[in-house]
Amino acid sequence: MAKKFKVDLNQKTCKACGICMALCPKGVLGKRHDGKAEVVDEAACIGCQNCSVHCPDFCFVVKEAAADDK
Amino acid sequence: MEAVYEKYFRGNLPHIWCPGCGNGIVMSAIARALDKLNYPQDDVLFISGIGCSSRMSGYMDLNTVHTAHGRALAFATGAKVCEPRLHVFVLMGDGDAAAIGGNHFIHACRRNIDMTAIVINNSIYGMTGGQFSPLTPTGKRATTAPYGSIDRAFNLVALAEGAGATYVARGDVFHAVQLTNLIVEAAEHKGFSVVEAVSTCPVSFGRYNDMPEPADMMLWLRDNTVTVQQAAKMSEEELADKIIIGKHYETEAVEYGDEMARLLARAKEAE
Repeated sequence: MAKKFKVDLNQKTCKACGICMALCPKGVLGKRHDGKAEVVDEAACIGCQNCSVHCPDFCFVVKEAAADDK
Repeated sequence: MEAVYEKYFRGNLPHIWCPGCGNGIVMSAIARALDKLNYPQDDVLFISGIGCSSRMSGYMDLNTVHTAHGRALAFATGAKVCEPRLHVFVLMGDGDAAAIGGNHFIHACRRNIDMTAIVINNSIYGMTGGQFSPLTPTGKRATTAPYGSIDRAFNLVALAEGAGATYVARGDVFHAVQLTNLIVEAAEHKGFSVVEAVSTCPVSFGRYNDMPEPADMMLWLRDNTVTVQQAAKMSEEELADKIIIGKHYETEAVEYGDEMARLLARAKEAE
């Protein structure tokens, strides 16, 4: 079974630059009404860490979800 | 949930940088590198000059000094000579290192003192409103070059190598994992190491050069960078607008601190 990941996104420090949405290969992230990022499809995340490495405002923590964490 | 690198930050975030600024990406790359190097935070000295990028010293939870414009390397040389146990990182912007502190930069390279200089190159003077800098590529527009800059840009890597630095590398913020690895390698190298981090300034550079969104600048870096290995197989025309990333140069030479210790021993004997 494919691994599942948990995407923790801190919208308080997000500055709506849009880098994460452009670089996510799986369309996990979408644009909220104010332009900030939001997680729209967490199940599609493959844990590539593109968002957490490239976020200039350190908003992301992506970790493998624990087994009971559905 | 905390990221691995959060212990290196002072907790006064969010920072003042504009949305999509590459400085934040370099800051997390440095923090990840420090995490890999596993130096005690008290043994790291982090010195910066003046400019957008140099505000970083205010956010990092290390021994930090925010110094005079262009003179970060001079302060760092003094500190390293007095306290050789410190791991010294010097952070400068492109204007800070190549224009205002150009002389300090080449002479620090020449002395080969054991420290790591990280030059964030966003191709522009961001803080003062987007004037072109010595590292603005020829033909790119800036507020003081509305029809394109006619100046030739410095090749900072070749400059550092020619001036005598013993480790020279170039990374960029799109290849942030590689940038982290280059910073780790540079820190482990004994002698003067230079890492040029090609960064993005979406507000003062991107908007004037047909890259209005921060993500456009990231994709520009993705499409215009080639590795040192690839570049070796390419012709000069093909490389004209390309940014060559990776480790460019490494050699061994006498380190300034060691030489200073020997000099002090000789002077004591003579007394």
